[in-house]
Amino acid sequence: MNQLSLGTYAQNTWCPGCGNFAILNAVKSVITELVNEGLTIENIVIVSGIGCHAKIVDYINANSFYSIHGRVTPAAEGIKLANPNIKVIGFAGDGDAYGEGLEHLIFAAKRNIDITMIIHNNRVYGLTTGQYTPTSPLGFRGRSTPEGTKELPINPLGLMLAAGATFIARGTSHGIELLKKLFREAILHKGFALVDCLQVCVTYYNMYEYYDKRAYELKGHNAQDFNQALNKIREWDYNADAPIALGTFYKKELPTFTERFYQEKTQTKDTDSKIKELLEASI
Amino acid sequence: MDDFSLLIGGKAGFGIDKSGAIISRLLNQLGYRIYAYRDYPSLIRGGHTFSIIRASKIRIASHLNKIDFLLALNQETLDLHKSKLNKDCFFIYDSEQVKVNPAATCGTGIALGKILKEENAPEVMRNSCIIGAFAKGVGIRWEALDVVLKKEISKELDLNLKVARRGFDAAGELTRLSQLEQKSLPLVSGNQAIGLGLIKGGLKAYIAYPMTPTSPLLHFLAEAAPDFGLKVIHPESEIGVILMALGFSYMGEKVAVGTSGGGFCLMTEGLSFAGMAELPIVIIMGQRPGPSTGLPTYSSQTDLHFVLNAGQGEFVRFMVAPGDPEEAYYWSAVAMNMAWKYQIPSFILSDKNLGEGVFNFDSGSIKEIKEEAPLPWDRKSGYKRYQFTDNGVSPLAFVPEKGAIIKVNSYEHDESGITTEDPNLATMMQDKRLAKGKYLAQELEGFETVKVYGNKGSPTALLCWGSNKGTCIEAAQNLGLKAVHPLVLSPFPVKQFQDAIKGVKRLICIENNASGQLAGLLKAYDFKVDDKILKYDGRPFSLDELEEKVKEKIK
Repeated sequence: MNQLSLGTYAQNTWCPGCGNFAILNAVKSVITELVNEGLTIENIVIVSGIGCHAKIVDYINANSFYSIHGRVTPAAEGIKLANPNIKVIGFAGDGDAYGEGLEHLIFAAKRNIDITMIIHNNRVYGLTTGQYTPTSPLGFRGRSTPEGTKELPINPLGLMLAAGATFIARGTSHGIELLKKLFREAILHKGFALVDCLQVCVTYYNMYEYYDKRAYELKGHNAQDFNQALNKIREWDYNADAPIALGTFYKKELPTFTERFYQEKTQTKDTDSKIKELLEASI
Repeated sequence: MDDFSLLIGGKAGFGIDKSGAIISRLLNQLGYRIYAYRDYPSLIRGGHTFSIIRASKIRIASHLNKIDFLLALNQETLDLHKSKLNKDCFFIYDSEQVKVNPAATCGTGIALGKILKEENAPEVMRNSCIIGAFAKGVGIRWEALDVVLKKEISKELDLNLKVARRGFDAAGELTRLSQLEQKSLPLVSGNQAIGLGLIKGGLKAYIAYPMTPTSPLLHFLAEAAPDFGLKVIHPESEIGVILMALGFSYMGEKVAVGTSGGGFCLMTEGLSFAGMAELPIVIIMGQRPGPSTGLPTYSSQTDLHFVLNAGQGEFVRFMVAPGDPEEAYYWSAVAMNMAWKYQIPSFILSDKNLGEGVFNFDSGSIKEIKEEAPLPWDRKSGYKRYQFTDNGVSPLAFVPEKGAIIKVNSYEHDESGITTEDPNLATMMQDKRLAKGKYLAQELEGFETVKVYGNKGSPTALLCWGSNKGTCIEAAQNLGLKAVHPLVLSPFPVKQFQDAIKGVKRLICIENNASGQLAGLLKAYDFKVDDKILKYDGRPFSLDELEEKVKEKIK
């Protein structure tokens, strides 16, 4: 066994029964596995946004970047581009990644940049005490929509597929073994990976029973096939009642932004003489 | 001719800008000192575009609205700039398009359309043709023009040379400029100088979303990236820009971002994050007139207070407003050093006049500047990203560092970077961050942060900042006044400013904004400005214009 100690002294302030515990435990277990297999802990950076999910970086004794609301993705991209050998794992809430920071998520998927995004999708704003999010169902009664929302949710997995993500998966906080499997696969995937975790907020939107009744694991699904992935992603639209598939919907190995970006870089000669050369050329 | 001005104008899309660059270089190679002002509308084709190039025996950084050579590619150029022409102005013009009074003017008209047709050349080559005519008109040898065209033109060089030669041959000699006995100096824009200064300061990555007047810096660094091993990225938005940059910063890569007011609005949440997380970053803020979209391709000094105060919360920032390319180069390197030494945001406050203006660059006049390393972790004690120290600066370690867990945080945090809401810790951390400002100010005492020019004994001083430097100094010299130019605006160099205005009875503040923003800032330090000369039409002061306005104030 390894000597890895991933806990910190930070006091955990999630509500008892919060779905975030499953994500935290699954991630710690996957990091431990990866470190046992030879990845060094100093080569991992975890990034989070703002919201209940984001406290996860305080609870894991690893390099971390506690970012601001909606801005997990670009920070994670910057870290990856600064050093492509680093494993960068971003944690974001649904308000965070699918709301305020949606543009970044789409562009990261479009670039197929080699980072992992784990979305704590509880379909409600928890830390701001119960407002609707981009994935709340139509008619959701929150504190900003007491009469119920008048808009349909987005299907984030469909959006990611359209944007060019090369790894798309979904799990729930009632299935830690599957979460571990998906996180591991996502982190090891070469390219942009997103795992949407239906993580239950026990205080503002307790969906344990709802998900338990409808969720099933994908079997015999060909994740290499775009059309099959699209069909499975469309089965449940985050709104109407339907079976909720869990597992890896789409997985494809394609060139990443990181690879392409680094290919173009050649190294320099001495900076001062190059500056001089440039100046002389402008006489 | 010791000092003259040339205006070339035509429709946007005619290649006026390129022509300005060719003419500037041509005159530069004769040994003249050059300043070029570029005026263009916010569109791709049509509309009126012009450049004013001033050439002088002595170093200059201002233009005159008194034109000695007019290169007119269309009638509009003549009509719009009539009032600026000296009475013995030389005309070089397209005789098929421009109607001039031959009796009242000295000039040479060239049938550009006819020549282009005969050479089967595209319309954009009218420029090369009129430049050929100009060269002949001022007695420049063909060989000299040939060299410059070969340096400046990358597309269809042979045809351009042919067309230029036709213009050259068709023109008559109007006057003769002689080769001056001084070494030619490089010609650079303020943006290029900023880029080179950042590189000198150790830049590894530049991240930006295009926005006038700072886009040329993005283009310049993207072009230079392979030579200097830079990572240059253009992401989805300015929010993406600054957060991506902070990712680089966390990893220990020296990074800069560039934008203008609107883009900077989007960056402010990231800026405040940098302040809290103590992530070093350099921000180049090129000002243009607002509010909102304003006059996007023109210049202003309207964002001084915005940049000084941007971002929620209280945190230390370094801010410098260079006045010319040498200062832009030197202070961009300093800004990088200060950002990393103090783990703060550093601003280079520029504007369109500095960023896109073209000036001579005299490397010999610049003080030695070196990249400085940030305070490293000693690898002995357990690593704490926000360790308390006497001067507030915590040692830095960067991922991957064996034995160090590096945690940065936008929340208030403890020394290890873990979130806290403890009142004592919150106070101590805020004190730690602000303490850095005191030491930064102390260090800046060793730099020339406020400069004095002109007649230093004069009781009347012109006070200016940023790109007004060149025009102000020249006006002060011509009128026997003192000129004061503060470079560092945060932390404000109170003592050096005090010394600079010693003996001054009357301080006239010159700014490109409508409210007198520097004058307002000075009030906070109990300095009083006696008078203001403000211009906010997006155009820079021309030397003659500023002199007139100063004379009115002091008569």
